[in-house]
Amino acid sequence: MTNPAIAAHGLRKSYGDKTVLDGVDLTVTEGSVFALLGPNGAGKTTAVKILSTLITADGGQAQVAGHDLTADPQAVRAAIGVTGQFSAVDGLITGEENMLLMADLHHLSRPEGRRVTAELLERFDLVDAAKKPASTYSGGMKRRLDIAMTLVGSPRIIFLDEPTTGLDPRARHNMWQIIRELVTGGVTVFLTTQYLEEADQLADRIAVLHNGKLAAEGTADELKRLIPGGHVRLRFTDPIAYREATRTLDDAAHDDDALTLHIPNDGSQGALRGLLDHLDTAGIQADELTVHTPDLDDVFFALTGDTTVTRTDQPKEAVR
Amino acid sequence: MSTLSLAVRDSTTMLRRNLLHARRYPSMTLNLLLTPIMLLLLFVYIFGDAMSAGIDGGDRSDYIAYIVPGLLLMTIGSTTIGTAVSVSNDMTEGIIARFRTMAIHRGSVLVGHVIGSVLQALVSLVLVGLIALAIGFRSNDATALEWLAALGLVAFFTLGLTWIAVGMGMGSPNAEAASNSAMPLILLPLISSAFVPVDSMPGWFQPIAEYQPFTPAIETLRGLLLGTEIGHNGWLAVAWCLALTVLGYCWAQGQFNRDPK
Repeated sequence: MTNPAIAAHGLRKSYGDKTVLDGVDLTVTEGSVFALLGPNGAGKTTAVKILSTLITADGGQAQVAGHDLTADPQAVRAAIGVTGQFSAVDGLITGEENMLLMADLHHLSRPEGRRVTAELLERFDLVDAAKKPASTYSGGMKRRLDIAMTLVGSPRIIFLDEPTTGLDPRARHNMWQIIRELVTGGVTVFLTTQYLEEADQLADRIAVLHNGKLAAEGTADELKRLIPGGHVRLRFTDPIAYREATRTLDDAAHDDDALTLHIPNDGSQGALRGLLDHLDTAGIQADELTVHTPDLDDVFFALTGDTTVTRTDQPKEAVR
Repeated sequence: MSTLSLAVRDSTTMLRRNLLHARRYPSMTLNLLLTPIMLLLLFVYIFGDAMSAGIDGGDRSDYIAYIVPGLLLMTIGSTTIGTAVSVSNDMTEGIIARFRTMAIHRGSVLVGHVIGSVLQALVSLVLVGLIALAIGFRSNDATALEWLAALGLVAFFTLGLTWIAVGMGMGSPNAEAASNSAMPLILLPLISSAFVPVDSMPGWFQPIAEYQPFTPAIETLRGLLLGTEIGHNGWLAVAWCLALTVLGYCWAQGQFNRDPK
């Protein structure tokens, strides 16, 4: 097994008496997309700031690209690229000058710097705006310039702190496309987001951060399975068959207008077989059967909801 | 790449960035020049006759000679307010966070600011100097060596004040606060020997006026350009320049190396 791109153990950080991170462990495989998901104030940005050497942790340790954060921060910096939550562009100079500044700071030669700049401006659709001051850019353009600047040094690991916050839907989808392209190129992406859909769309693994701790970690599917509340939906076209089924399956919730029944079921093989056997025995023939596993919304709200209501059986109703 | 060549290369890049800012937005630098220029004209043309009566009974042209060295140093104080403001502005920009996460020489961000500011201050000095020449300031007896020493003095003095101003800019949450905290840099010349000799001030105040950073520098510059007595002021001035530079450097870099909020 190769070394993970990011490995963190017991990261802690507090500001005054407010604990922001309370022992966070993270492992991110090389070449994958890792999403840190959490509501505002969960500590996502703090985690990114620590892992990108911007601030130091109070406790715990971490290796990024195989280098220890505290022992060799410069080696970490040489391997990473960071796009923070607030655009890290120099508004007083033009987009092109921002790019050339990055090229100079990465010690590229003059022609090399110009080549990379031209290429990235083209790729991020900023050619027309290249000669205008970055402060005149729209939010989406600034974000694109920001990422283009991050890519100048060809970093192997990229941190994106809420890359799509504040972007309109089209710009958001463009950003997703950009992130997918990065991963295709073998880059490891560590992103934070408060959008479940985003994590679901992009990430190989997702960690849910809540009150400074990881509430859960896994693939999107694994996380969804953590939460009970899945059900099997039976749809009927024949009202008589529907009424028949309603009488037999007394634990089902029914929707009389749509002629559908929702039967609690976790979607596992055993539970499904049990249900099917039961339906066969009772002679119920539904026109459509679908298995509904909880989506990430369910997971997210269940995991980050008020912890005094610990039972997660009815996440949607309870939290929304 | 060795640490030194990395430092030089990155600092040069940062300097280029700061000069680009200054060239694109010259209004602040020019605005800050107004204060010393107005004071120069005010003191020479409005107060000139009255003031010159106080300094050995000369006339207005004697007062021009007296006041110009002080105003040159005040020009430096004035431009460093701009430094404090631009550093403070810059620190609130996201790009500084980006610099911190890049494998660049850590000190280069502030070094770029400092060198840029020193160069701007020197340009300002030339502008104010030209105005002084235009209204009749002459330094006929200064030798080339004395001119060189004068240039070295103002450059060193600028360096010291600039580092202090960078420290003030780093310590200020916003541009307004930075401008306020840098205010002493333009007020100190008013209580120095820039406009009137120290021995015309109240006795209890004289030690303050005499040993604050501006007076020794002004007296030294005056001596170099006009041949007046320098005495112990030369050493005092160099000591102040050195102290301000070291103090400002440590203060500013210390703040920069701390975790950002």
